[in-house]
Amino acid sequence: MAQDEAPKQPEAPVPDAIPAAPAIAVAPAPHLSDVSFTTRRMMLDVLIALAPAVAMAIFIFRWYAVVQVGLCVLTCLAAEALFTWMRRRPLSLGDGSAVVTGVILGLSLPWSAPWYVAVIGSAAAIGLGKMVFGGLGCNIFNPAMVGRAFVMLSFAKALGASAYVFAQSGLDVVTQATPLTVAKKLAGEIAAGTAVAGDLQLQLESARALWPLFVGQVNGSLGETSALALLVGGIYLCLRRSASWEIPAGALGAAFVLAGLANWAGLTPFTALHHLVGGSLLFGAFFIATDPVTSPVTPRGKFFFGLGVGCFVVLIRLFSGYPEGVMFAVLLMNAVTPLLNRWTIPRPVGGPVPERT
Amino acid sequence: MTTLAKGRGTFDRGIHPPDRKHFAADAPIEVLPTPKEVRIPLLQHLGAPCQATVKPRTEVALGDVIGDTDAFVSAPVHASVSGAAGRLSVATLPNGRHVAVVPVKAAEEQPLAGQALFDDIFGGEWPTDGLDEYEPQQIVEAVRRAGLVGLGGAAFPTHVKLTPNESKPIDTLLINGCECEPYLTADYALMLEAPAPIITGALLAQRATGAQDVVICLEDNKPKAARALRKAAQGTAIRVSTLKTKYPQGGEKQLTVAVLGKEVPTGGLPLDIGAVVLNVGTAAALARAVVRGKPLTHRIVTVSGAGIREPKNLLVPIGAAYQDLADACGGLTPDAARAVAGGPGMGFALGSLEVPVTKGTSGLTILAHEEVRKAEETTCVRCGRCVDVCPLNLVPTKIALAARAGNLDVARQYHIAACMECGCCAYVCPAGIPLVQLIRLGKVMLQKAGGS
Repeated sequence: MAQDEAPKQPEAPVPDAIPAAPAIAVAPAPHLSDVSFTTRRMMLDVLIALAPAVAMAIFIFRWYAVVQVGLCVLTCLAAEALFTWMRRRPLSLGDGSAVVTGVILGLSLPWSAPWYVAVIGSAAAIGLGKMVFGGLGCNIFNPAMVGRAFVMLSFAKALGASAYVFAQSGLDVVTQATPLTVAKKLAGEIAAGTAVAGDLQLQLESARALWPLFVGQVNGSLGETSALALLVGGIYLCLRRSASWEIPAGALGAAFVLAGLANWAGLTPFTALHHLVGGSLLFGAFFIATDPVTSPVTPRGKFFFGLGVGCFVVLIRLFSGYPEGVMFAVLLMNAVTPLLNRWTIPRPVGGPVPERT
Repeated sequence: MTTLAKGRGTFDRGIHPPDRKHFAADAPIEVLPTPKEVRIPLLQHLGAPCQATVKPRTEVALGDVIGDTDAFVSAPVHASVSGAAGRLSVATLPNGRHVAVVPVKAAEEQPLAGQALFDDIFGGEWPTDGLDEYEPQQIVEAVRRAGLVGLGGAAFPTHVKLTPNESKPIDTLLINGCECEPYLTADYALMLEAPAPIITGALLAQRATGAQDVVICLEDNKPKAARALRKAAQGTAIRVSTLKTKYPQGGEKQLTVAVLGKEVPTGGLPLDIGAVVLNVGTAAALARAVVRGKPLTHRIVTVSGAGIREPKNLLVPIGAAYQDLADACGGLTPDAARAVAGGPGMGFALGSLEVPVTKGTSGLTILAHEEVRKAEETTCVRCGRCVDVCPLNLVPTKIALAARAGNLDVARQYHIAACMECGCCAYVCPAGIPLVQLIRLGKVMLQKAGGS
């Protein structure tokens, strides 16, 4: 029913009780809204939830962490400003999404990545991952992961497994390979039937210790190392409803089951629990896969999305050339999101609308 | 004794806005001083409009029929003041419809006014025994003669609801006192001050429909009202059930789920699952219509919000102007920003207060600037909050954005016709998207395209 214009009334005498005529406006119902929760608030929550991981990154990787994350954030903001100006639209930096993309991209890089990797990655993330589609809310793929995959493929050496190790570093952790790299090498050796090299075995033993994996005293990308920090932040995010819990639940559940099966079948020397806290699965499950724009909108769809991410992560870890697969898992599931939305249309209360003859 | 039927006492999803009942909850019902003129719409119910049955410049008495029709789904209208009927004119109701109105200029002397009027309508003895002497058909006819329609807001002619349908027997009669809209306290005040006619009306409705069980339902933010009703229902088999306070618990689809554990089929009625839902105000008016043979001429309206000086629950004659109600409450404050006919969840914004109160009007909510929804809209980020709160389990964002893009196939795929426009989705949307308005637009487009 269309709203009519207010009917024109002849001038009515204003009663004495009202000193000034208030300005009454007309608008459609509902006339109230929950002002405590805005899109910007959601982005702020993500940044707050990432704070423990950023803090751990700075604690473990020192100055490198500050430079990477800072460079990514600044470049993302600059890229968004530039592309928005090119599209002749009002500046939207205030909504916080570019900052979030920058922080996530920064945390997903290794400490040693050169400055141009951070800059090009950020520009690709914002430009190719978001602006080309029309800006916030219009993109299909997770912008941070688009940027990450872009630099992964373009600068393979700078981002390969060897980039994480620096044997002469003052930082203890970076003298060792990342736990997942060790696991992959070992799995390869076992599969090929060759004898296990002595110091690889030693590395495996140290990589197998669960507590350092959990707290974060291991090598890896900047944000992925401390499972504790990520869990704290991730749970905060889910409780605040700024991320949907169905996605991490599905991702961690699927990864746990699949990794457990793989471990039992001898395909990986790590147990399911190691797979959960090692690598960037937690980071991906709570902060990357939960990007609302690129994940389904229905609760069941979100859960299946999470399941898919978890499955792909483990499959890529086991069977691909990469030791870690979160970025590709998320991008693959982003592509499936529209299908998941269609497949999980909920049944209305009272059943679907009956067909009219 | 609280009893819950087979339902869980609540429904899934929904929202918890602050109920803001404190503005008018403690205001005892006050009778509106008789306005100088009332303008009685000939269509203020679902169904066919009435034709005027009085000529201009005729004297009419309070309670006289001034409009009627032969159509089945309709209800007559009566004079709500004694005075002189005028020439037919037109008024625009809050929902946008232009309807014919019969103006009645109030005489200097009214037969009933003030406390006497209140006592005549709600006071006196209300029997709970011996109601079986009324035949169902008698009850239905008395209800129609009295012009009774649903006072909960939908204004569906009550006699149609009570007419038995042999293929669809009624098990349960639900008397709806939930009043889930923020600010409104009209039903609350009635339950507190006049529970007896509600009980009598419920028993009569039970007699008419042949229902086995009668349950009066209200939200748990009204404990005093629940106590008053239980006291009045002593000696009868009527149960009083308190439900979890949540918007929109008062919707009949949510009510049947919460109390009976059954879903009303989409596009159907509670009748289809053996239930009839009546508002408490309708039940009270029903008692008056059958036992005393008096028509529906007045109703309780809450005037509330931070934009009105003295929030009150008023007993008003049908056809009084909203302006008369505002004046009786001290007028609008300078920071009043929106005047809503009804509650802020589903009510219509008024462009002018010179609009007549109808049988379906439950409130006049004047919202101040700080209470009113802000209009800035940003992009949908598909967060899914609207899906998390929709009481009918729909996907509002998909429907609304498809409607905006003119994509009716997607809108149909996501069950647009099932939407009850309660406003939960738009209330929570972090991007401030006017979801309900877009869904309404989509429904109009579908109708124009010829089908749903």
